Amino acid sequence: MIEIRAHKALDGFTLDVDVAVPLAGGLGLVGPSGSGKSTLLACIAGHTALDAGRIILGDRVLFDAVARIDTPPARRGVGIVFQDSLLFPHLRVRANLLYGARRPEPWLFERLVEALALEPLLDRRPASLSGGERQRVALGRALLARPRLLLLDEPLASLDRARAEVVLRLLADLRDELAMDMIYVSHAPAEIAQLASRVLVLDAGRVVEIRTSPTVGGRREGAFRAVRESTTSAIARPQHRSRGGGRRRAWA
Amino acid sequence: MSFETGFGLSPFEARALALTLQTSTLAVACSLPVAVVVGWLLARRSFVGHGLLNAIVHLPLVLPPVVVGYLLLVLLGRNGPLGSILEEWWGVRLVFSTSGVVVACAVVGFPLFVRAVRHAAEATDRRLEKVAQSLGASDARVFLTITLPLMAPGVLAGATLAFARAVGEFGATITFAANIPGVTQTLPLALYTVVQSPGGEAAAARLCAFSILLAGAALALSEWLARRTRLDAPR
Repeated sequence: MIEIRAHKALDGFTLDVDVAVPLAGGLGLVGPSGSGKSTLLACIAGHTALDAGRIILGDRVLFDAVARIDTPPARRGVGIVFQDSLLFPHLRVRANLLYGARRPEPWLFERLVEALALEPLLDRRPASLSGGERQRVALGRALLARPRLLLLDEPLASLDRARAEVVLRLLADLRDELAMDMIYVSHAPAEIAQLASRVLVLDAGRVVEIRTSPTVGGRREGAFRAVRESTTSAIARPQHRSRGGGRRRAWA
Repeated sequence: MSFETGFGLSPFEARALALTLQTSTLAVACSLPVAVVVGWLLARRSFVGHGLLNAIVHLPLVLPPVVVGYLLLVLLGRNGPLGSILEEWWGVRLVFSTSGVVVACAVVGFPLFVRAVRHAAEATDRRLEKVAQSLGASDARVFLTITLPLMAPGVLAGATLAFARAVGEFGATITFAANIPGVTQTLPLALYTVVQSPGGEAAAARLCAFSILLAGAALALSEWLARRTRLDAPR
């Protein structure tokens, strides 16, 4: 479960989210560009401080403005993968992969290297990699750190379709095997359907809808439709939902 | 191979060259940690006195070097507020000494060093640091393993500029440390001395050539290092 009561005013934009939602089975985050998805992820990761509110992950308070709790990003147990991989340019791929692995687990390293096809890249520098290769390394790096919650901000945007399928399956498998919760941001309904049993729809900085897939653990086609409908409806009538008169608390 | 036998320099010229290399290198080495910390603070932190610190750091850049030397003399001279403490407590006398040359060179080169470090810190992608934090790295680890290596080209450029400035330092040195052969007489001071002496043209030309050579070597080294560390260029 993650509970987010977040208020953050930025230049010309205000994030105002009040939601508590289970993370089991994966949480998708959708919404039009500029709706606040990345800002919300940054708040959860601790990269952006909230003006007011609190964020509780499971039984752990990550941020509480009233209690003056602001857990440093390094101790939140929250990993993040951005769309533009952000590899450390001065480190080779192997060193990038192992950067966050406090106790490197050979089995996991080997599995990720194989699944993400990183073997030929291990001794190369990020500057010599293609966009897709970089993104695979960034995913491997985040997974090897074994965070409690992994935030994925459109991580497959630079991968080809076949590779994206492989990565999606890997993420779904590791989510269960490593007991790693995931919040997945994407504009691709099919990806969301594969990785998320619940979808949180953001618009203009507010949660306008929470959809629970009717086919959690069941048929993927049904889940796909549910997600597509919720995303479409949110984008089609943003004003109606976001002008609701202040915060709304939505429980999945 | 000594400078004297290897380059056909007179003992006077060789001493000046060796002293210049020694004091300039020491000045850069002593400035390095302070410049990195101050440059990073100015780039990344907002605090009370930020503007004042920035102004103090840049003061030697805009003041005439002789004024800098005089201020050092007032501050670090035997009767100065800091100089008297240094001499009484630790028996250290900076004025008219080789250490004094190092201090003068470090002070005049410091603004250049800090500016380069500051620009490097500002240019470093902070999202990389955030990613490192989210991978569990402490602030110290992030600084040492991500920020500092990425700032390295800027730090090296700053070190090179500070070294070149130290090699050419004249006004602050002659005011604070005087012009004592073998003790405080660096290349520019030796050049000044031979120019004042009748028949010193050949020595002046040699010292001038070495000054140009040193500055050129420093710039070439800086370029080479910068090229080696420029790793994130697009494919």
